[in-house]
Amino acid sequence: MRYVPHTKEEIKAMLEAVGLRNVDELFSDIPTEALLKRHLQVEGGWDEEQLRAYFRKAASSIPDANSAVYFLGGGVYDHYVPSAVDKIIALPEFYTAYTPYQAEISQGTLQAMFEYQSLICELTGMEVANGSLYDGASAVAEAVLMAMRINGKRRVLVSECVHPDIIEVLRTYQLGQDFEILTLSQKEGVTDLSELEDLSNVSCLVMQNPNYYGFLENMNQASELIHKAGGLFVAAVDPLSLGVLKSPHEYGADVVVGEGQSLGNHMSYGGPHFGFFATKMDYIRYMPGRMAGQTVDVDGRVGYVLTLQTREQHIRREKATSNITSNHWLMALASAVYLSLMGGSFPELGQTILNRSTYLAQKLASVGYPLWHRQYFFKEFPIKARDAEAVQEALADSGYYVGPVIDEHTLLVAVTEKRTKEHMDKLIELMEGLR
Amino acid sequence: MMNSRKGTLPLLKELHKSGRRGPQVPVSGLEDRPVSDILPKEFLREEPLSMPELSEVEVVRHFVNLSNLNYGVDNGFYPLGSCTMKYNPKINEEVAAWFQDIHPALPENRVQSLLELLYILQQDLLEITGMDAITLQPAAGAHGELTSLLMAKAYFKDHGLLEKDTVIIPDSAHGTNPASATMAGFKVITVKSDEEGLVDLEQLKTLVNDHTAVFMLTNPNTLGKFEKNILGIAQLIHGVGGLMYCDGANLNGMLGWARPGDMGFDFVHLNLHKTFSTPHGGGGPGSGPVAVKKALEPFLPKPVLVKAEDGNGSYHWDYDRPRSIGKVRSNFGNILVALKALAYIKSLGGAGLREVGTMAVLNANYMRVAMEDTLPTAYPGLCKHEYVATAEEVKKRYGVKAQDIAKRLLDKGFHAPTMYFPLIVKEALMIEPTETETKENLDAFVQAIKEIVEEAATNPDVVLSAPHDTPVRRLDEVKANKELKVRW
Repeated sequence: MRYVPHTKEEIKAMLEAVGLRNVDELFSDIPTEALLKRHLQVEGGWDEEQLRAYFRKAASSIPDANSAVYFLGGGVYDHYVPSAVDKIIALPEFYTAYTPYQAEISQGTLQAMFEYQSLICELTGMEVANGSLYDGASAVAEAVLMAMRINGKRRVLVSECVHPDIIEVLRTYQLGQDFEILTLSQKEGVTDLSELEDLSNVSCLVMQNPNYYGFLENMNQASELIHKAGGLFVAAVDPLSLGVLKSPHEYGADVVVGEGQSLGNHMSYGGPHFGFFATKMDYIRYMPGRMAGQTVDVDGRVGYVLTLQTREQHIRREKATSNITSNHWLMALASAVYLSLMGGSFPELGQTILNRSTYLAQKLASVGYPLWHRQYFFKEFPIKARDAEAVQEALADSGYYVGPVIDEHTLLVAVTEKRTKEHMDKLIELMEGLR
Repeated sequence: MMNSRKGTLPLLKELHKSGRRGPQVPVSGLEDRPVSDILPKEFLREEPLSMPELSEVEVVRHFVNLSNLNYGVDNGFYPLGSCTMKYNPKINEEVAAWFQDIHPALPENRVQSLLELLYILQQDLLEITGMDAITLQPAAGAHGELTSLLMAKAYFKDHGLLEKDTVIIPDSAHGTNPASATMAGFKVITVKSDEEGLVDLEQLKTLVNDHTAVFMLTNPNTLGKFEKNILGIAQLIHGVGGLMYCDGANLNGMLGWARPGDMGFDFVHLNLHKTFSTPHGGGGPGSGPVAVKKALEPFLPKPVLVKAEDGNGSYHWDYDRPRSIGKVRSNFGNILVALKALAYIKSLGGAGLREVGTMAVLNANYMRVAMEDTLPTAYPGLCKHEYVATAEEVKKRYGVKAQDIAKRLLDKGFHAPTMYFPLIVKEALMIEPTETETKENLDAFVQAIKEIVEEAATNPDVVLSAPHDTPVRRLDEVKANKELKVRW
């Protein structure tokens, strides 16, 4: 297959117009030593049917959510994606456009970004949001860097109950920056806030709710403690939980970030998803990433532009608030479509998920898989098992998937709105049989 | 298609009607109890959630109508310099979607066929770049830069070279380069371009010393020029123990003809959403794999995808990497984007990839020569995938700036080139046609530029007040910045 439209005659005519005899002369500015004197050893040159056969063969052997039943969690979930979401983000005018640098012919992207920002603000109760970041973990890292820009303090408190990827990514970003990471330990599945002692020079506290184990944290207390110490409260949340769980605004979060996959994005073996980022108006000039703003055109018509670009790398270069350029806009667009379709049902959606997870946790406890700790949860919870990996592997043979495994005797179980009573009863039956 | 609708649309919030619903929440078969029966009040939301309540058809129409206000590669010519807006083959989208419902925590033994595809992609990208090891983890080009510089940091620390604290960057570089260097904790020094638009070797020699950690170079550079002194530059940097980093955003200009690994580069990031045809999505998701030489391999983000040498050739994610910089994001990378790139590579093969490089360069040079009389190239002579024209003369003569020309191009049905970049060219218009455009399109664009420059002479107002035929006209950016209305 080739996607170049040139005919032989055209190539000849074009070379002539440039004043060259052959295509080799197009590369005469490359030193001979650097020229590749052979073809790339890359297999290919296939037609569409060959491509289909190749990829279909690989895809067909994997137990995906269409052929297996997932109770998998750990940050990525098998949530319901309405058909309309996939259709909208497949519109070529959306997905084949670049970043909206020419605003006059990018109003579709820009208005949708403005609406996405508004929806994220409504959901979190915050005042401003950007147009997305790469994922939840890098959004936390950016939030921490922003907190340090705001208050100039160089110590960061992170709960051990946040997703391990968040801590890992934060430690990676730390390699380039001079700051200290202090961790708060886990006690009975939640953050031990009694440990907070020396809070001097602490820039921010990072908590996740529900936390990595699925348990609900005492966000009110955490917020009070860090604010008393003069630091900022960074809350990583599951946006889908906010139809029923306290909004970050209610417990006084200063920066709200998180993984947006649960809002209308497919699991995609872990990516692409997107990270959302919301904060207070006071901090808008410290924010990383792109943002759409409303304005008017020369005729007075309402329109949208990328705004506050003076924070960004293409203007500020080494003084930018972040190096981020491309974000994960198409995934954020999927979430905007999703929230438009499902936003009105969010209390109902939260309620049904909570009922399902509660049902499954109780039943599993009754057949010998008790909760790891007695804590409240939303859609995901850890259970105890004699051999967690053996349970996971045995269930997999029946097309049922649980996990990830936390340690030898503990594994996570997640329940989304796609899991019916029938799925759950079958899982309970299978697991009872494994004891 | 773009239509002649004037103005934007009412906001979703304005369409709200209490009680309307979209798709039904999937049924469970359970009797749902109130949430307050399950969770204590302290965990529950009290502030009412005020989301727009809408029906499915309203939502679909809203977004379809919004899409009509947009312009993508599928609408027409998109010669946005340094962005490589080539055609995004539809088959790539189709086959990648077959992998969209896979959970990343699936045990490795259940995803071997997917890991094999990713491994093959890695091997192909290594062959294309001439490098030894690779990570698919970074989410975008800038993320790949940051990943690379953090690896450099770890590398120098590992070698006890703590004085290596400076990154040198040409004045023609993308803004992400200095921004990434700062995030990675390096000092930034700028080296000038010479009269040919290449790195000023004489100045570079005065800047290079024991503090030099990394030289970040885009090759071909943002003027579309191949850095022909590359081997000498690499020798200079390596001479003080520094590393050579290639910003691979412009790989399309030498694809199949030359490889970063054969010209002295130690690491390179790729933009799968540029060179390898995956769509830009209106600003992402991209994918920015980083390929490195052996010496940097231990520092790659973990996990690294490896093939077992135990004979059964199974694939696995290796977390046991003590010198790794760690993760730069959650999970393994933008996997669906990677699969689209693999589909592209497999459709072309080695010969097809080289043809891409050839035609990208032929198209750029053909346009450059055809435009020379109207808008001259800032740095004349052979270019690679792109070139930078200057409207300085037109501005002097008629008061029409590069931005005005760009806006007038929108009226004529084209996307505009990149404007005012690189910063070293006055009234810059950076033009990258890519290999997928027909000669007719190139001719039509050149013709449009000629007409606009003629208009600038005869009727400048029509250019100065452009665009006229777009959904909105020039927007007040000052007002947007001052009043900061960033949500409803």
